[in-house]
Amino acid sequence: MAEKGYSVRRLPGFGLIAVLTFTMLYLPIVILVFFSFNAGPSQAVWDGFSLQWYEAAFQNRQVREVSIRSLWLAATAASFATVLATLAALGTTRGGRFPGQTMIYALINQPLMVPEIVTGIALLIFVAAIKVQTGYTGMGYLVAAHTAFCIPFAYLPIRARLETLDPALEAAAADLYASPVQAFFSITLPLLVPGIVAGFMLGFVISLDTVVITEFVKSAGQDTLPTYMLGQLRRTVTPEMNAIATLFLALSLIIVTAFFLITRTRGR
Amino acid sequence: MRAPLFRGHGWKWLLCAPALTVLLLAASGPLLIVLVYSFLSPGNMGGVVWEFSTEGWFRVFFRRDIFEPDLVTWNQAHLAVFWRSIWLSLQTTLICAFLGFPTAWFIATRPPSTRTVWLFLITIPFWTNLLIRTFAIQEVIRNNGTINTVLMRLGVIDSPIQMMFTDFAVLLGMAYVFLPLMVLPLYAAMEKMDFRLVEAGYDLYASRLMVLWHVILPQVKPGFIAGSILVFIPAIGAYVTPRVLGGGRTMMLGNLIALQFGQGRNWPLGAALAMLMLVVVVGALVLYLRAVNRMEGARRG
Repeated sequence: MAEKGYSVRRLPGFGLIAVLTFTMLYLPIVILVFFSFNAGPSQAVWDGFSLQWYEAAFQNRQVREVSIRSLWLAATAASFATVLATLAALGTTRGGRFPGQTMIYALINQPLMVPEIVTGIALLIFVAAIKVQTGYTGMGYLVAAHTAFCIPFAYLPIRARLETLDPALEAAAADLYASPVQAFFSITLPLLVPGIVAGFMLGFVISLDTVVITEFVKSAGQDTLPTYMLGQLRRTVTPEMNAIATLFLALSLIIVTAFFLITRTRGR
Repeated sequence: MRAPLFRGHGWKWLLCAPALTVLLLAASGPLLIVLVYSFLSPGNMGGVVWEFSTEGWFRVFFRRDIFEPDLVTWNQAHLAVFWRSIWLSLQTTLICAFLGFPTAWFIATRPPSTRTVWLFLITIPFWTNLLIRTFAIQEVIRNNGTINTVLMRLGVIDSPIQMMFTDFAVLLGMAYVFLPLMVLPLYAAMEKMDFRLVEAGYDLYASRLMVLWHVILPQVKPGFIAGSILVFIPAIGAYVTPRVLGGGRTMMLGNLIALQFGQGRNWPLGAALAMLMLVVVVGALVLYLRAVNRMEGARRG
């Protein structure tokens, strides 16, 4: 196609804007990471290399506490969401269309469409009412809110994987007198694993990123890493925040890369 | 398909039931409560009093004079916030389109082997924390941040340029965090594009501009529309970016809603504002779906 002398794919100026865009996209992040290694307290003047801000972050008890809470919440919510999404994906992809399917799709995708601030205050109202009735102020609210928010993200890759599975495999198992339960556990589930892992990872990253919903649902002393950071940004920020952000970025990057590798092998 | 369990459709609902229960309890259901709360009276310390009232909705657009309750005027402060939200969101969409189109084109015209890498580079920011990306922008534009420090050291300026807490800061932040949402659908549309048509255009002596306008743009229009809606909706709903980069004077709708549940202590008004935001977002989605249907209808003849 493009092997002509006159390249039809070239548009003047586009390459320049694209390079500028990529630079603009990455420069702030690079600066952020760069100054996390600064020896001085500035985020603009370089005073030499040092790991002191990482040390400060690790020794900050509150940072440790909110990080552990964030990771625990993400793991719990993503696990619940993955199980629920797997069941829902099986229900919506097996055995053809059925009445109410559109409604189920709408419900599953609803958290994607409603702005987070609206879901946030809706949950604030709901949780406040339950708290008055039951007196329960534990982590349950955050787990439920994060689980619901993660379901659509976990559902996507699982459903995509299910749709690529050959229904003949399950039919073959049935022909060989496997019960539906046996067929599911020995045929469908093992084939579904990459989708489930991908769904869990997406859910994990999404829960880790969620700040607005957490901000409105959390009770006192239930700060997660993002809400802690949001609170800190109001004050004078030291490179300790850069160090925390860098570690957070690294974690997201590892998960996203793994997710890409998993979904890529799936395509082949 | 042999066992009785797998006859009919009941088992499908059964499989979906746990997920739907959680979604109804922790996502969709509470939205109905917001609707109900928007028609109640505010409590003194936040919360509501269970008395029917349309005052919450009334105060979304109007205000009463403190001394003469019958004197009703437009609520200028709220209207200013609505206008700023819509205007900033539209500008964000335009900036993203302007930067996103060449970027998507650049990726789509790379050889397949490197294309994945470029695509991955666009996707990474999309999956990294929005708060961290907003923080990164804050670092760059603060008074003692990167840009001001560099400019002052070079002697270009004497005192820092105030960029934080302005509409510009919010706009920059939103364009920055939402840009991948524009590039991805545009890229998807370009990947499907028929480059033979572009070639045909050049063969018929069309200039690059004419080819861009008459051949390329009509083909990537679905990507443009999808990208615009994907940027516009989170921009209208933005809360974190205007909170961090904007100040009290550059409030957007999301911050106005949050305010009613904090210092404002007017939950019904906050609930009504939240419903208004939902209407705007759903309206934008409906317009989008209509546009998609119309295009598909046109394609089928």
